[in-house]
Amino acid sequence: MSIYRSHVLVCGGTGCTSSGSEKLVEAFLEQLKLHQLDKEISVVKTGCFGLCAEGPVVIVYPEGTFYARVKQEDVTEIVREHLLKGRIVRHLVYHEHEEGAQNHLSLNDIEFYKHQTRVALRNCGVIDPENIDEYIAFDGYKALGKALGEMSPQQVIDLLKESGLRGRGGGGFPTGLKWQLCAKTVSDKKYVICNADEGDPGAFMDRSVLEGDPHAVLEAMAINGYAIGSDEGYIYVRAEYPIAVKRLQIAIGQARNYGLLGKNILGMGFNFDVHIRLGAGAFVCGEETALMTSIEGKRGEPTPKPPYPAEVGLFGKPSNINNVETLANIPQILIKGPEWFRSMGTQRSPGTKVFALGGKINNTGLVEVPMGTPLSKVIYDIGGGIPNSKRFKAVQTGGPSGGCIPESLIDVPIEYDSLVQIGSMMGSGGMIVMDEDNCMVDIARFFLDFTVDESCGKCTPCRVGTRRMLEILNRIVSGKGEEEDLEKLDILCESIKDTALCGLGQTAPNPVLSTLRYFRDEYEAHIREKRCPAHHCKDLLHLEITDKCRGCTACSRVCPVGAITGEARSQHHIDVDKCIKCDSCFNKCHFDAIIKV
Amino acid sequence: MKSLSELEQIRKQTLERIQMRKEDRENEARVVVGMATCGIAAGARPVMMAFVTEASRRKLSNVTVSQTGCIGTCRFEPMADVFLPDQEKVTYVNLDEQKARRIVAEHIVNGKPVYEYTITAAMGVNTRGNEQ
Repeated sequence: MSIYRSHVLVCGGTGCTSSGSEKLVEAFLEQLKLHQLDKEISVVKTGCFGLCAEGPVVIVYPEGTFYARVKQEDVTEIVREHLLKGRIVRHLVYHEHEEGAQNHLSLNDIEFYKHQTRVALRNCGVIDPENIDEYIAFDGYKALGKALGEMSPQQVIDLLKESGLRGRGGGGFPTGLKWQLCAKTVSDKKYVICNADEGDPGAFMDRSVLEGDPHAVLEAMAINGYAIGSDEGYIYVRAEYPIAVKRLQIAIGQARNYGLLGKNILGMGFNFDVHIRLGAGAFVCGEETALMTSIEGKRGEPTPKPPYPAEVGLFGKPSNINNVETLANIPQILIKGPEWFRSMGTQRSPGTKVFALGGKINNTGLVEVPMGTPLSKVIYDIGGGIPNSKRFKAVQTGGPSGGCIPESLIDVPIEYDSLVQIGSMMGSGGMIVMDEDNCMVDIARFFLDFTVDESCGKCTPCRVGTRRMLEILNRIVSGKGEEEDLEKLDILCESIKDTALCGLGQTAPNPVLSTLRYFRDEYEAHIREKRCPAHHCKDLLHLEITDKCRGCTACSRVCPVGAITGEARSQHHIDVDKCIKCDSCFNKCHFDAIIKV
Repeated sequence: MKSLSELEQIRKQTLERIQMRKEDRENEARVVVGMATCGIAAGARPVMMAFVTEASRRKLSNVTVSQTGCIGTCRFEPMADVFLPDQEKVTYVNLDEQKARRIVAEHIVNGKPVYEYTITAAMGVNTRGNEQ
């Protein structure tokens, strides 16, 4: 094993792969060979670095130089200037969005990373996920060794309980308690399950952990098996995550080769193995009972609880289900101790949480912050604020089960209980930012559209109730809303919440409830004034040309339906009946003469 | 793999190789080699490789070797700066592979700068800055 003087890390996450990072790896290898540097410098494909908006991302160590939006043709320059001559290619280095911001030559100076604490993501973008040795180098499988060698199963559970770790998949159930319940049940066979069926629109935390650090999940599952007395584990992962699946397969193969999975692990008499099951993309299969029926090969439908999986789970046997991010925290809690974990986050929500930032925000990507961090810090300091100097309106957390948080509550600390209090929830960690152009009624409609699509149809409140709600919302956004609609929505929301079978249905009304609570005026404007305050709902707006018009004819030439008429050098006019509201003229006008009313 | 000690062995071996990516690098020694046109022309590349291979041969995982551009004293190339924690920067000049290896042994490992290769020696100035 030779030592390289420099490492070129190319992001191999899904985001960067789709913008061509695989080609970059090839180009680097080729260029390094050309300059006879291939013995001095290694090229490593890693997991996600988090700053997906700036991908493909390349980091050069030891300097930690952060190159963003690297194109294939830039590789020659980086190799020739930086790697051969040691001159950092400044114009390719990532620079922040604020005006006057400096180019940052090192990773650690960047605002996006400065405010983050990486626990679950600690290895993402640092190690080669397809190389078990690199995971081991950064203390990998040390926690498993410690658990098997020095601790009793009960001690492992006690330690987890003491750490206060709560489930990162959404509900926030204490992980130690969950393990305890399953450990207590007596059975000849038990199962460990990893829930990697990440289905919230816009969420990709678990995918990134699996792609960047798959061994952390395997190690935690083995520890879980030891603690509850199980020798078999399943990872239920979406088939839509091909890179994650591939890296998991490689990781399982390598761990078996090293004897870290299989029979007599580390010579300590403990057996544990892991299988992968691919989900076909049904949202409801992220619900634990539906997930288990799906693994069994049946239609993915939830069953009532109790019995809980800890008593009757997969194949009728006691099972313990944890989400990917929860598992990724566990090896480090074992190594560094519960006090270390409690030193981060808040009293009731210790540790950190990963969020997928999306929507109207500059730094789209993956961030990990201590619990209790105010939302505003995530959105402005890390996320870099709202693009095009628009105004922030709301942030949606928790996906289709969560709610919208308005600007007035943006300083609320992020933790399980405080988010529930303001009508949203932590969820798995999707965070969608909305600006003044987003119509909140339409947002609620979007999420409901999703739940209606994904409802499995087993219970009536969810199957029929959500559909009725969607019909009402569709009516409102198309300008046919009636005064009683709001009251009907309120009643429907409450009864679905109380009566639906599983979590999917029970939380489905949340996007509507929270927008009704904080943006009721927008609903009322749609219904009473037939007006969309955000100028978003097409049925409720029309375009007009004001006297700012210089008669340049740009709009009439771009109009696809010939709705704009007027002489050159005189004010034009839009025929409202012909107009299809495609916004082409609005975007084309150089004089801001076209307005939406 | 049948034991914890084997695991530990893999950990140590691989860490040597990828140490530079760790955030909390402890007691890091840094060697910066001048690799502008002047440096390369004067033979900086073999010098840099000598630093790398010597550090790797001695299993010094806390040493990073990086490059820099021209600092203007091209007549002294190949040049290198050595930074040790809690020590002032030492600039070496007119290097070759032999000298690089000696610098690793005496300066980086044992903490004693090789005075005769330093820029101060080359310019005929002693360490206190007086003319000799």
